[in-house]
Amino acid sequence: MASAEPVIKVRDLTMGFGDFVLMRDLNFDVQRGEIFVILGGSGSGKSTLLKHMIGLYTPQNGHIWVAGADITTAEGKAREAILRRVGVMYQMGALFGSMTLLENVRLPLEVHTDLPREAMDAIARARLQLVGLGEFADFMPSEISGGMQKRAAIARAMVLDPEVLFLDEPSAGLDPITSAELDQLILRLARSLDMTIVIVSHELASIFAIADRVIMLDKESKGIVAEGNPATLRDTSDHPWVQRFLQRADSADSEERST
Amino acid sequence: MDKQAADSGQTFRYDATASPDACLQLSGRLDVHAVERVWSPLRRRARELAEGTQAAVTLDVGDLEYCDGAGAALLHALERDIERAGRQVELVGVQGLVEEQLTPYRELETVEPARHETRGGLLAQSLEAVSRVGQAAYSQFGFIGELTRALGSAVLNPRQVRWGDTFRVAEAAGFQALPIVSLIAFLLGVILAFQSAIAMRQFGGEIFVANLVAVSLFRELGPLMMAILLAGRSGAAFAAEIGTMKVNEEVNALKTMGLDPVRFLVLPKVLAGILVAPLLALYANMIGLLGAAVVMQGFGIPWTAFFNQVTVALDLSDLFTGLFKALIFGLLIAGVGCLRGLQTASGAAAVGISTTSAVVTSIILIVVFDGLFAVLFYHMGV
Ligand SMILES: Nc1ncnc2c1ncn2[C@@H]1O[C@H](COP(=O)(O)OP(=O)(O)OP(=O)(O)O)[C@@H](O)[C@H]1O
Ligand SMILES: [Mg+2]
Repeated sequence: MASAEPVIKVRDLTMGFGDFVLMRDLNFDVQRGEIFVILGGSGSGKSTLLKHMIGLYTPQNGHIWVAGADITTAEGKAREAILRRVGVMYQMGALFGSMTLLENVRLPLEVHTDLPREAMDAIARARLQLVGLGEFADFMPSEISGGMQKRAAIARAMVLDPEVLFLDEPSAGLDPITSAELDQLILRLARSLDMTIVIVSHELASIFAIADRVIMLDKESKGIVAEGNPATLRDTSDHPWVQRFLQRADSADSEERST
Repeated sequence: MDKQAADSGQTFRYDATASPDACLQLSGRLDVHAVERVWSPLRRRARELAEGTQAAVTLDVGDLEYCDGAGAALLHALERDIERAGRQVELVGVQGLVEEQLTPYRELETVEPARHETRGGLLAQSLEAVSRVGQAAYSQFGFIGELTRALGSAVLNPRQVRWGDTFRVAEAAGFQALPIVSLIAFLLGVILAFQSAIAMRQFGGEIFVANLVAVSLFRELGPLMMAILLAGRSGAAFAAEIGTMKVNEEVNALKTMGLDPVRFLVLPKVLAGILVAPLLALYANMIGLLGAAVVMQGFGIPWTAFFNQVTVALDLSDLFTGLFKALIFGLLIAGVGCLRGLQTASGAAAVGISTTSAVVTSIILIVVFDGLFAVLFYHMGV
């Protein structure tokens, strides 16, 4: 599945705020079509790393290439061109509260395409249906549940058929069944629609179900402590922290606990 | 440079054959760019085919190399067009990707919209929510620069402005403020007239109360009261609305969609502020005069005498300096409200802090600018 040139290349990335360094010298690639999961404890900088990858934050040092272009230096049109090819679901959904779900999902189409209104509506409706919200198109975000809001946010993130889909904790706070359905959706997107998907997640059960590769961020050493297939890491890694993290996942899995 | 284009040079093509059998053959990449081009012509072609045959119309998608969501929307629309013309559709060559993309469109045909409570139009009043995280670097100067640029480009290119939002905000900030402005301005007129009439009566100069009240209202108090009300009502609302969007990451979502928050969120509010403030000030002036006139009835000054005296007392310069001040106040209040909103840190408490600080900053700026204008107008002799 992985073709020669990675979709995302992160090189010597140092990120932080002011004098405070969060992570130092990160290096990793994301291959085309894979489901790539960023793991780490709370506050280790997963969301921050994601925001660097979509150019919302400027790194203290290093570069990030997304779909062949350097997002850390791109400006104006070049930057727009990169952003046009990625979709983002934020940790809190970030649906626009004054717009219906349909209008939320349609907005990227209005911004980036010249399609007739009728076509935009049809596409937005179909994307909502894809995440199981077809019948709620005319609802306001405040009228649906938190899990439904997350799914609607995913529909909005993928309405332009992005090459790379970034999801920040898509299944946090969802019940195990809904979260398993979401996993199936993510798998289908990656396998059938050939999207590259970068996920921040704590949900260990879902990581083993969907991840092709994971990286684990560690706050103490300010770097990546492990990288690879999650099952392989669990069986072979001798790093105690990695072991603890993934083993717990496994036992959680067998006890059918959700978190 | 597009992935679509890079992966294969194959552009989208369609061939329509009317005989022996009506057939529409699609090939290449059916992506959103292709759909933009062919949406209308291809649908027209499909209807013509359907009308020109008695048998079924074949829709051959076997040679499609790629089909995205927009492409599937077109395929689905074509099917519906042909069916609506009363012909059968035979879809041939559907495989993996096309199938996957078409599925939700198929499912939607049987989906009933869920019912929900009727919602008030008021909901549409806040185009925003909240984003965590600080792009703290929205420095004041950067903001003033961006706002100036946005205002400049709005003047040069008024069609870019989101007028719908602007008028919605103007309605909330202006029209809906009329009751409270009426009340305060009326009472202000009453108090001013009453206090000065008591003093003036000692000299038998009750009629000059009209001069006093008119000039102080038009030059000073009308715009000032209006500004303080506007800051409390709308400046605070702007900060809360944008602050909430910031905390909910909606501002970030706008940015990643390629929409500039200043243009999208701030500009309509600032334009509405500029538009509404002078009108409100003018209205406050009128109502204030009315309040004063009512009081003067009690001091034996009839309506006509009072308003005649007002027209004598007032200069055009009194009116226009007041309205000009109101306009600047409107700009300050809306600008500060939006800036504080964008500077919101994360968490719900931060929204409260932004709101408070929007009101406090606005009122300080209003008083400072009022002083500056007093000096300026004095030296200009107006
Ligand atoms: N805008 C910001 N300014 C300053 N510090 C920040 C900012 N955003 C995040 N941080 C800090 O960076 C650290 C990592 O935050 P981040 O949101 O990336 O964590 P996370 O790994 O996503 O955690 P969680 O799993 O809880 O979402 C935290 O200590 C946080 O306080
Ligand atoms: Mg996070």
